[in-house]
Amino acid sequence: MDDDELGRFQRELIRQVSEFRSRGVIIDVAALDVMDSFGSRSLRNLAYMARLLGAVTVIVGIQPDVAFAMVQLGMDLGKVHTALGLEEGLVRLDELTGAGRLSPASGPK
Amino acid sequence: MEPSEDDGPQPTSGQKGEAPTDHEQLLPELVAHLRDNRTQLRQEWANRITDASLLSSMAPHEIFSEATSVYDNYVEVLETGSVEALQHYAQNLSERIIPQGVETHEVVGIVLLLRDVLARSLFEKYHKDFSLLNRILDAYEPAANRIANTVSVSFVQERERVIRQQQDAIRELSTPVLQVRERLLILPIIGVLDTQRARQLTEQLLSGIRAHRAKVVVVDITGVPDVDVSVANHLVQTVDASRLMGAGVIITGLSSEIAQTLVRIGVDLSKMNTVGDLQGGIEEAERLLGFTVRRAVDANRQED
Repeated sequence: MDDDELGRFQRELIRQVSEFRSRGVIIDVAALDVMDSFGSRSLRNLAYMARLLGAVTVIVGIQPDVAFAMVQLGMDLGKVHTALGLEEGLVRLDELTGAGRLSPASGPK
Repeated sequence: MEPSEDDGPQPTSGQKGEAPTDHEQLLPELVAHLRDNRTQLRQEWANRITDASLLSSMAPHEIFSEATSVYDNYVEVLETGSVEALQHYAQNLSERIIPQGVETHEVVGIVLLLRDVLARSLFEKYHKDFSLLNRILDAYEPAANRIANTVSVSFVQERERVIRQQQDAIRELSTPVLQVRERLLILPIIGVLDTQRARQLTEQLLSGIRAHRAKVVVVDITGVPDVDVSVANHLVQTVDASRLMGAGVIITGLSSEIAQTLVRIGVDLSKMNTVGDLQGGIEEAERLLGFTVRRAVDANRQED
């Protein structure tokens, strides 16, 4: 995913979140073999924007190599929720939204 | 058929050009000689091995039976010129004798002894005709050297393979990833945690999370006396990376030294979940996963 694509993805996703009044968003990044700092910052911003629109974001499918590379390079998803796979992400989302409240942890810094 | 066969007095060492045909004729003769004197030469070789006190870890009858098959293989290589069968045999032999503690110098030693014994018998047979002896040796030596080379290399390769295998086994053992409950993994770490091992730990932990679809991992470092700053950082990074994969890490059994190191590097305590001992760690993990453990006796009493 290049930077332009990421920007487009971000705008499109936010538009749809507001259009459908979504309560939860799952972003599956299992197909990404590399994640640069721009990528992780975009993901984090995406999650914060969705949060402002009232949706909880769970990022799923981060590969082991990607996860460690991100940490080593000091890239941070902040307080965005993560889960292993799509299934776990859905469970997580249910936990987070099912209780009828948004996670207190997902507000912007 | 070949003129050089007849003009005996001529030295052969300079006749590189016709050497192959010369070898072709002489090798069968050589092989026949070795076959005819098999019993005697083999015995002599075995005696020389014992005299040189090589293969001391093997019993005499074992030496003799191995010597027999090496001898036969040896003659076969001289006859066919192909070392493949010997290579295979040498590999097989190495597999058997390495666990018995046979050393490289012994293997090289016995092959060279056989070379000497055979060369000596050739001397004895052809010493009257010096030029024929020369040609016989021209034919014999390269083949014999090739055999010695093949056997030694096979042995060393087999040893290296065993060493590699053991290294892998040690590496595997040093960071076991164990599943104790559904979605709960335990990584007990014992001994010195250096950079190399910490990296391996990370790798095993992250791939273990994916393979077992774990949600909580308990890393028990009771057996780790101390870590340096870079390893401590690495541990913290591993915890972060696990979180990115959706798994929480509980670290148990921190020594006071490690606690000091972690605080010195300014670790963010909100990200680290630590419990004093392994038992507490597992209980905490079970709580996070929603398991409750009850003693069977208590449960029965409550039902009564």
